[in-house]
Amino acid sequence: MAAGTEVISPRRGAFGSVLAVLILLLIGILAFSIRLFSVIKYESVIHEFDPYFNYRVTQFLTKSGIYEFWNWFDDRTWYPLGRVIGGTVYPGLTLTAGTMWWIANALNIPLSVETVCVFTAPVFSAYAAWATYFLTKEIKGTGAGLTAAALIAMVPSYISRSVAGSYDNEAVAIFALILTFYLYVKTLNTGSLFYATLNALAYFYMVCSWGGYTFIINLIPMHVLLCIMTGRFSSRLYIAYAPLVILGTILAALVPVVGFNAVMTSEHFASFLVFVILHVTALVHYIKRILTPKTYRMALTMVLTIGTVGALTLVAILVALVAASPTKGWSGRSLSLLDPTYASKYIPIIASVSEHQPPTWPSYFMDINILAFLVPAGIIACFSPLSDSSSFAVLYMVTSVYFSGVMVRLMLVLAPAACILAGIALSEAFGTLTYSIKYQQIPTLSNEPVSEEKTTALKSAIDSSFKSVVPKDSIKEKTKVEGDEKVKEPVKEKTSKRIRKKEKEIAEKHVEKQVERKPLVLPLEASAVGIVLLILLGSFYIHCVWAAAEAYSAPSIVLSSQMSDGSVHVFDDFREAYAWLRHNTDENDKVASWWDYGYQTTAMANRTVIVDNNTWNNTHIATVGMAMSSPEKEAWEIYQSLDVKYVFVIFGGLVGYPSDDINKFLWMVRIGGGVFPHIREPDYLRDNQYRIDSMATPTMLNSLMYRLSYYRFAEATMDGNGYDRVRRTEIGKKHFKLAYFEEVFTTQHWMVRIYKLKPSKNRQRGKNKRKTKAVSKKITRKPIKSLKNPWSS
Amino acid sequence: MELSRPSLLPSCALIFLALLASPWWSVHSAEDVVITKVDRRIDLTSHIVRTSASIRFENKGSSDTTKVLFALSSAQAERLAYLAAIVLEGKGKSKTQSDPVAVSQVSFQSAPRDIVLYSFSLNKPLKRGESAIVEVNYVLTHVLKPFPEEIKQSDVQLVVYLDNAYLLSPYVVKVQTTTFKLPRSRVESFTKLDASRLADSELKYGPYENVAAFSHQPVTVHFENNQPFAVIKELQREIEISHWGNVYVTENYHLMHGGARHKGTFSRLDYQARPSASGVAAFNRLFAKLPPRAHSVYYRDEIGNISTSHLRSDNKRTDLLLEPRYPLFGGWQVTFTLGYGVPISDFLFYSKDGQRFLDFTFGSPISNAVVDKLVVKVVLPEGSKDPVVSVPFPVEITHERKYSYLDTVGRTVVVLRKENVVPEHDVHFQVYYKFNNLALLAEPLMLVFGIFCFFIACIAYMHFDFSISKSSASYQARLQREEVADAIQRLQKVMNVRAAVTDKLDASLRDLARTGDVASCKAARKAAEATLKETAKEVKSIQEALQASSRAASVLLKVDSLIQKEKEKQDKLLQKHSLTVELYERKLSSKDIDNRIAPYQQKLLVLTQEVSDLLHAIDD
Repeated sequence: MAAGTEVISPRRGAFGSVLAVLILLLIGILAFSIRLFSVIKYESVIHEFDPYFNYRVTQFLTKSGIYEFWNWFDDRTWYPLGRVIGGTVYPGLTLTAGTMWWIANALNIPLSVETVCVFTAPVFSAYAAWATYFLTKEIKGTGAGLTAAALIAMVPSYISRSVAGSYDNEAVAIFALILTFYLYVKTLNTGSLFYATLNALAYFYMVCSWGGYTFIINLIPMHVLLCIMTGRFSSRLYIAYAPLVILGTILAALVPVVGFNAVMTSEHFASFLVFVILHVTALVHYIKRILTPKTYRMALTMVLTIGTVGALTLVAILVALVAASPTKGWSGRSLSLLDPTYASKYIPIIASVSEHQPPTWPSYFMDINILAFLVPAGIIACFSPLSDSSSFAVLYMVTSVYFSGVMVRLMLVLAPAACILAGIALSEAFGTLTYSIKYQQIPTLSNEPVSEEKTTALKSAIDSSFKSVVPKDSIKEKTKVEGDEKVKEPVKEKTSKRIRKKEKEIAEKHVEKQVERKPLVLPLEASAVGIVLLILLGSFYIHCVWAAAEAYSAPSIVLSSQMSDGSVHVFDDFREAYAWLRHNTDENDKVASWWDYGYQTTAMANRTVIVDNNTWNNTHIATVGMAMSSPEKEAWEIYQSLDVKYVFVIFGGLVGYPSDDINKFLWMVRIGGGVFPHIREPDYLRDNQYRIDSMATPTMLNSLMYRLSYYRFAEATMDGNGYDRVRRTEIGKKHFKLAYFEEVFTTQHWMVRIYKLKPSKNRQRGKNKRKTKAVSKKITRKPIKSLKNPWSS
Repeated sequence: MELSRPSLLPSCALIFLALLASPWWSVHSAEDVVITKVDRRIDLTSHIVRTSASIRFENKGSSDTTKVLFALSSAQAERLAYLAAIVLEGKGKSKTQSDPVAVSQVSFQSAPRDIVLYSFSLNKPLKRGESAIVEVNYVLTHVLKPFPEEIKQSDVQLVVYLDNAYLLSPYVVKVQTTTFKLPRSRVESFTKLDASRLADSELKYGPYENVAAFSHQPVTVHFENNQPFAVIKELQREIEISHWGNVYVTENYHLMHGGARHKGTFSRLDYQARPSASGVAAFNRLFAKLPPRAHSVYYRDEIGNISTSHLRSDNKRTDLLLEPRYPLFGGWQVTFTLGYGVPISDFLFYSKDGQRFLDFTFGSPISNAVVDKLVVKVVLPEGSKDPVVSVPFPVEITHERKYSYLDTVGRTVVVLRKENVVPEHDVHFQVYYKFNNLALLAEPLMLVFGIFCFFIACIAYMHFDFSISKSSASYQARLQREEVADAIQRLQKVMNVRAAVTDKLDASLRDLARTGDVASCKAARKAAEATLKETAKEVKSIQEALQASSRAASVLLKVDSLIQKEKEKQDKLLQKHSLTVELYERKLSSKDIDNRIAPYQQKLLVLTQEVSDLLHAIDD
């Protein structure tokens, strides 16, 4: 559309495109700067858990180079198993940040790796906003594109995952996702092989970046299928899809973490099926063209009959096969495909992550706000008229709504769709409104009484002629009319008195009319709707800024609270503990903690951990869970068998930090119990209630987690009663000594407590050895099952 | 620097056998000089041992001498961080201090092993029979040995200090006293000699009279010292000069508690609840004195900002209270980075020969800390030449090159290295260099040039035809598209001309209403008709061109209807015009005229509307 304008009226087109570029630039700046609240309010630091791993990988990449990176076997995690990092990460983010760092340093701009990592997400959200502009422009034109870009620049859902410091795969993946969609739609609109190739490359980038690429490789086939079924098959569709499948699959298989999964797993099955269907359709179209209608009909009937018979036999064979297998052919994976909540319901390790839970309604309002109400309007706008590209937008919207309903995390995929459709809706609405402003004069003029004075008629004729010349711009017109009057002044002097008198009258009337007409330039209904929309947008903007500043900027490793006198108190306990571990323990010591803190420990404390957030080995995690839920002695033996020197727990009872290990403890029990049946959840619950007070079960009170968390806690509380400020209760067992562990460090607010395993006693050695063996045997005997969440980063 | 280095005791004891007999200094007329009085004060209140000795030399020889000797045991010399001497002149209260005298290490072939001799070059020769008081200050580090070496959280820190009860000297000492100043009165033990006494927190030996040269009487003090043993194992200071107005300082610390090692558990509860009884030897804060007007101070480590620091600043000074992330117990370590900027005008000056020089402090701003290894890097601006360093004590100087923001040739870096640095070394040093002001503009100009090139490239891209094949379908299609666009553009131009004609006609009608000048009105119509005829031809040619083009199918319909409607409109307008003129000529009342032309008027309005609609549609 912009291109069209460009060629038709070059100056206006140029002005328009310059304006659009300027607006896009501002949108980019907005997208970047709205995400800097975390840096301003806290500091330039990597956030949360996974980003620390990515940061560490990036550090390794920049230090050792790309080849070392592919072959990197990390022995500082999953001790003693280790982890092949190069083959198990999505390298897109790391390579992107590494390249950015490399370019900056090649230009002698000495940015640290950390700085580059912190600002990767904001930079890529600006790119994502621009990609959204192009995608929406392909669907519904420049205006919609600009609106959608502005919306995605500040939609809270996306901000939540891309604030400065949130150095996670999603940061670049959303950009890659939108870019892929844009190039697909562009290819669909132009039928150009050039864009098709670019599309495959964008898809490759997406595969590199995020496990969510399966969304693309399912959504695009779905759209192609939709187009075929609604009779929209064209060569453009073929060009848009066939190269993507071939090139995309080959490229995807190059990414080590995907590899042969690109052709072997069920996530990719749909794309190949549709690929076949597309070719069949193309063949049918070809045959239809070369055959006469009559022969074609005959051929069709024949094929259909044979096809039906063939299909029926195939189905019969399949049914027989499935019926013969004991599980009826349904594996957990296919179940989780059919019922996406399956994994989060029955696999505790996935269920224990809060972002894998289904979202609540308020979270929709929080994350996409008024867009949720604009989306239906956008869908309607997409149907008038329905094109290939607008049907894609609708399909994208519908599927992403479904997925966001499964997992909170996938809200992120919904955000671009919502922004595109809301952008379309708003653009259409404002388009209509401004349209009605433009043409508002007509009814006024035609309503004018014909029986007015001749000069009046002349006037209106003049006016109308003016309008015919410049009907576009009402403001311009007004000024012109006024200017016209000014021109008239000197002429008036010459005329006779009679005419002058008349003229005066007319002039007065004219002025009156001008005054009358002014409010009509902005029609009431249109302006009311416009104002309502503007107010809505204003409140959306305020909401976004609020969300960016207050809700989504906390780095979670630094906590802060407002004191009564208005000053801010900082809880920096995590880094205190990690720094202590880093500087005051031996470099080869092994540190055990719950897996949430694995990435942070390797990155910040530079110590070997037993389990981390990668959660690839359930048994290993279960072992740590078992140790945490066992009594001190058994726990000591388990840890000793794992060569662990230090154990730390997160404890929030003193300052009231709710997401501590005691609150996560039930998950440890469940995960541990999932592999080691002697850990039973009911043992830790009293009447199905999780409690740590005097009513708690002895198993609970003797578990390592309880003891490490509450060791000498009662003495630290005000009157020695051991009041836990998170659980809001007095703890059950107050005074006890640790026999197998010793406290070596506790942070200022007691949030991290580090314990050291006491050295084994001489006379127990033989006994220990036997036990250790038993435990390690237990570990190795279990089949190593990798549980992969399709969306895991 | 190791805490567990070999004990001083045996080495000291062995050296001094039969030293008097050996003739090695006879050439040096040592017998001519005697020390008449020595007053030694050894400050043991912190972990840095500062000794100040006031020594009165008397020349009893036959000739004047300018050099006097001063000795340290090699064990102490190894830990010697700083040695300075001044001569006190005059007598009684009118004593004046001279400039520091030059100190140089001297060695003699025949000198006893395990003794290091220093020679003071007096500014004025010491004449026969005269005497001079030399104030010697020297600082030792890492000589307080914790004993026991490991303590628990609740223990206090005890240290052992070894020294000589006499001044180690190549000369005979007539009268001497030695005082040890201790941090607290609690002393576990000390070597008891003839004249030794402990009063409050002072341990005094002497006075001893007529002590022979190189006499040695080891003394040991075992006492409580809970002062922060802040040892900076390595400090890298980078001082970067930016001629845009600031000097930026970045300091990387590797800090360690150098006292008795921590043993066993650390209980936060005890540490918080009973600060007086628990962890008394640990420290959790450091005090740094930054230059005045320091700004943009940051305090962080490799995992982010450290929020526990307090900055107080006024015009004269900037005080920074640093707290490491965790309290440092014996043997615990921590690393952090401290950075700040200071205005360049406070530290950069012009020397007389037109050179610039930086005048900055050498040591660490942290008070009372020992720096085992100090590296000071002065990063001069890009384009600086011939750096010359002036430091009041010996340092190792090397040069490096650093590439920073948008550098092309790199910046000269002067690297100064020194080991065993104490607060006494925190003096100003100077780096002189030559710099051309034009070099300041290099980077902005480079940026300007880069952006200029970018725009040139963009312009070139827009104006060149990069298609490979001129006969390909897409190229042809594009050509055709451009043709159509061109035709439509021409059409719009013509339409504008025709619209101007309409304007003119309307204007003439207006004039008619005002002036009643029928003739000019008619003339206007004639002119308008002529223009319309002319333009009609053009319109036709454009229309034909569009019809010929296969690409124009989509717009053709609209264009056709536009042309038709427009023509109709012009016709109507002309009709209306002529009718109005006619009616006016007939001198009808304005009302009548209005009535007559009303149908035209309405039609005209509708047509105008349609035409503008169509124009708009084509525009899209």
